[in-house]
Amino acid sequence: MQALLERSVASWYPGATGVGGAVRLSGGASQETWSFDILHPNGPIGAILRRAPQGVGAAPGRAAGLDTEAVLMRSAHAAGVPSPSVLRVLQPEDGLGTGFIMARVEGETIPRKILRDAPFAAVRPHLARQIGGILAAIHGMPLAQLPVLRPMTPAKEIAELDRDYRSSDLPRPVFELALRWLRDHDPGPAARATLVHGDFRHGNFIIGSDGIRAVLDWELAHSGDPMEDLGWVCVNSWRFGEIDKPVGGFGTREELFAGYAAAGGQLDAKRVTFWEVMGTLRWGVMCCGMMQRFRAGPEHEIERGMIGRRASETEIDLLRLLAPRRT
Amino acid sequence: MQDEPKPEELVRAVADFLRHELAPVVSGHAAFRLRVSINALDLVTRQLQLTDASDRAEAARLSPLVGAEGSLGERNRRFAERIASGAVGLNTPGVAEHLWQTTLEKLAVDQPNYASYRREIETE
Repeated sequence: MQALLERSVASWYPGATGVGGAVRLSGGASQETWSFDILHPNGPIGAILRRAPQGVGAAPGRAAGLDTEAVLMRSAHAAGVPSPSVLRVLQPEDGLGTGFIMARVEGETIPRKILRDAPFAAVRPHLARQIGGILAAIHGMPLAQLPVLRPMTPAKEIAELDRDYRSSDLPRPVFELALRWLRDHDPGPAARATLVHGDFRHGNFIIGSDGIRAVLDWELAHSGDPMEDLGWVCVNSWRFGEIDKPVGGFGTREELFAGYAAAGGQLDAKRVTFWEVMGTLRWGVMCCGMMQRFRAGPEHEIERGMIGRRASETEIDLLRLLAPRRT
Repeated sequence: MQDEPKPEELVRAVADFLRHELAPVVSGHAAFRLRVSINALDLVTRQLQLTDASDRAEAARLSPLVGAEGSLGERNRRFAERIASGAVGLNTPGVAEHLWQTTLEKLAVDQPNYASYRREIETE
């Protein structure tokens, strides 16, 4: 890996003398993330490689593709969204598969540390509002200047969740109730479709003592209702125990909405609630998918099996949303 | 009838061994997987202790909603279909209570420390 990276970096980074400290961070069979340093007379430059070693084809159906991700990150960076700068979109001559190399942003991504550790105490109360401002910037990026993205509507999203849920053939009355509620409350396509990040949540932010430094994982980006991102960031699963602070465990919806409106975003609070219900069900269906992969996969990874048993967390959250026991 | 110790006693003993004697000396990715494994054994222990009573109660609650025929799984399937078709819903007497009770019984096994669950049982 070291040699491959050195050959690639030498071809496009002026003055690079080599590559050091390459370590694999994470990833499954289809995608890998590597961290390494570009060595340079002026000092090392931290870099991250995201790639699909075998080229395209292994990514799941909803994924935008790594090339699209790289373009979106460049556009987001230009639009003022905290985003790592993309150093290189991989070409065939790099010999690294498909993907891109970006600058490494220092900071923390682990939600429980960010919510509990002292270095983040001063910035935590400001994050809900900052999240609103960032989302307004994302939703303000002109679609016409972006790659063609998968168009989504509430009805299409409901149909996909319905299909994914039924593929497991394990009846779940609470999921049925949620699907029924979503169909009965479908607000229709957004009046103005925008870029939607698609996985904008606590866990996909790099955070420092000064706030959010980078938004990661544009893999699920699409065009559609901007309120989807506001609903998803409020899903209880991303509050990591701080259940009275809907926005990632940081703060209130009012702060999120104020930050969004102040940065020029057009709010529709009812749609946000609709997408929060959809998002809660979506994570639940994803947990069930993990259970199926646990059963079907040859490795029987215990982590996947245990994520499967977290679907019930989304059931209690759906009931708290749709059938609260107290008002 | 099988001899004792009971399955939950044996599984709990294994979990305690892993937790107290193995976890302190394991590091890296194996430590993470060990923690997940201990969580899985704790879940199994809770399920072995709780599931007989909760399955019986769930089946009894479902009878007036979908009839008493078939296994618990078959009753749940009929119940799910009736919600999907709109034949029953939150306005049907007993449905909200049943869904809540069943969900609380699942969380008691799956994730008794989940904050939403703690909130609901503390305010009961």
